[in-house]
Amino acid sequence: MEPVRRIEGTAVPLDRSDVDTDQIVPAQFLKRIERTGFGPFLFHEWRKDPTFVLNDERYAGAQILLAGPNFGGGSSREHAPWALEDYGFRAVIAPSFADIFRNNCCKIALLPVELEQESVRALMDAVLDDPTTRIGIDLETLTVTAPSVQESFAFDDFRRWCLLEGYDDIDLTLRHTEEIAAFEASRPSWLPTA
Amino acid sequence: MPAESKTLAEPKTLAQKVWERHVVHRADGEPDLLYVDLHLVHEVTSPQAFEALRLAGRRVRRPDLTVATMDHNVPTTGGPVTDETSARQMDALATNAKEFDITLYPWGSAGQGIVHVIGPEMGYTQPGLTIVCGDSHTSTHGAFGALAFGIGTSEVEHVLATQTIQQAPAKTMAVTVDGKLSAGCGAKDVILGIINRIGTGGGVGHVLEYRGAAIHALSMEGRMTICNMSIEAGARAGMVAPDDTTFAYLEGKPHAPSGAEWERALDDWRSLPTDDGASFDAEITIDAAALRPHVSWGTNPAQSVTIDDAVPHPDSFDDDAKREAARRALTYMALEPGTRIRDIRPDTIFIGSCTNSRIEDLRLAAGVVDGRTVAEGLRALVVPGSVAVKLQAEREGLDRIFVDAGFDWRGAGCSMCLGMNPDILQPGERSASTSNRNFEGRQGKGGRTHLVSPAVAAATAIAGHFSTPEDL
Repeated sequence: MEPVRRIEGTAVPLDRSDVDTDQIVPAQFLKRIERTGFGPFLFHEWRKDPTFVLNDERYAGAQILLAGPNFGGGSSREHAPWALEDYGFRAVIAPSFADIFRNNCCKIALLPVELEQESVRALMDAVLDDPTTRIGIDLETLTVTAPSVQESFAFDDFRRWCLLEGYDDIDLTLRHTEEIAAFEASRPSWLPTA
Repeated sequence: MPAESKTLAEPKTLAQKVWERHVVHRADGEPDLLYVDLHLVHEVTSPQAFEALRLAGRRVRRPDLTVATMDHNVPTTGGPVTDETSARQMDALATNAKEFDITLYPWGSAGQGIVHVIGPEMGYTQPGLTIVCGDSHTSTHGAFGALAFGIGTSEVEHVLATQTIQQAPAKTMAVTVDGKLSAGCGAKDVILGIINRIGTGGGVGHVLEYRGAAIHALSMEGRMTICNMSIEAGARAGMVAPDDTTFAYLEGKPHAPSGAEWERALDDWRSLPTDDGASFDAEITIDAAALRPHVSWGTNPAQSVTIDDAVPHPDSFDDDAKREAARRALTYMALEPGTRIRDIRPDTIFIGSCTNSRIEDLRLAAGVVDGRTVAEGLRALVVPGSVAVKLQAEREGLDRIFVDAGFDWRGAGCSMCLGMNPDILQPGERSASTSNRNFEGRQGKGGRTHLVSPAVAAATAIAGHFSTPEDL
């Protein structure tokens, strides 16, 4: 994984709560067996509406998605972060995220940044007012900066370290192979096998 | 949970006990590395994980703890699979299972079915296990007192390669359902009521433990329905303490322990329930007797009311986000505030999905429709969760009851729960569905989903508008 330290760019304001992963990428597009190429299906149904914010030319090329609370709920499909990443997003800023979605984002270095609802509101207002507003997200200092906003955010220490260093989870876990083998030797004999 | 890891003398919750006994590696500032006892795999979320293993030259560490089936893409009308991309995804799983030596119950085999239906019915799902699957409804297996998480594809790859999973600390929430359910109310109404109370994000970061007299009185099928929808409240997992109902369900199942091993397992399982005096990070209590059959009116599973109510007005909600979400939902659902739920007329009835497709669900629905006829113009289908459920229902003659009433009797699969196979809603079509998600387009582009119990789905099929069996 490529290390991530700082992301800076323009942002799209998606002012909706409870955006579930079925909206991010509908099930009919989950039949691909590749990991890439999901960008065209991002928010597939909503994008048919010409007034949908992603269709607004002023927000083209944005690297940050601003959204309402409980973003990414529902299905565990990693295809949702894949679609966001493939479309060009490198971070999502929202007041709260669903657990599995947040995990999945960290695995592919798409930053899930949680800010207070008022701060997200202030960023949305800034971006609605001026779509060229640039937002910076610094994973080292754990700060979000925009012309009118300066906020710090919390991020799981271990995930942050993995992202800053670009570590692969499986490589990290394989350092514990001996402990895994020792654990396996201690498992009760009645446990199910295929 | 490590943050509050307790000494032996301290009382622990069920979730803490199962968690603690699976810690392979623990270090400050790192998530716990937990051993995975059972890894369930289906065709949608696994191909990229297998491909990544292949590219890295890695093997599956424990093919003997990995079980695969095909469920999301399969047609329920006997086939063939006409969608090329579906066929490609199913073929990929068959190829991967063969190459990595994994047990697969493919489409067309006697063991096939929805992954969360076949795991329990074959006895793979047992108390005290850690179970993962690239599917959010893995929470279902918590009904047995297992700690079961839905995971993403990168995590599927991690589990295949290492048989472990990194888990950040979880909090615990006791969801106590006291008292006795009234007639006509079932497990689905309990969980829809809970989600309505705590919201779609109410369980985030928590493992829920369902307890209390009303939970204890439920069958394993009912407990699975409740644990299944834990994710709809945003929870990491949902669990029920194992008891005699659990043990009776498991005894004699093909992959459950037998003989002396059964006795040893029982001794262990009896030590799992939450200790007296153990504390939870959060607690809520629900009065079972006050629950009524629930029907969702919106586009997330928290947006529901009882069948005796009317569609709410967006202004009745207490914050801007909820009001706006309600307005959007009502527009999508083409519903007017104030409309009585019983006056809403669906076009399609779907009885199935990993939430409500087990034998008990089908028996209940068949009991309602027996000798009656599906309302004119309605499309109604029953989709058993597994080939085994289908065969059992046919032995009991339930298929004849459904077919005589005017239902389609289908083969096993995820079917109309999600738009990945030929069973979908048409744009604008309205369903009464026993599935778990009423998201926009979930059952097909433009489809409008109302989540209900099997009893309400069956009664609604007969009446032509939302109804309970008592209304008929």
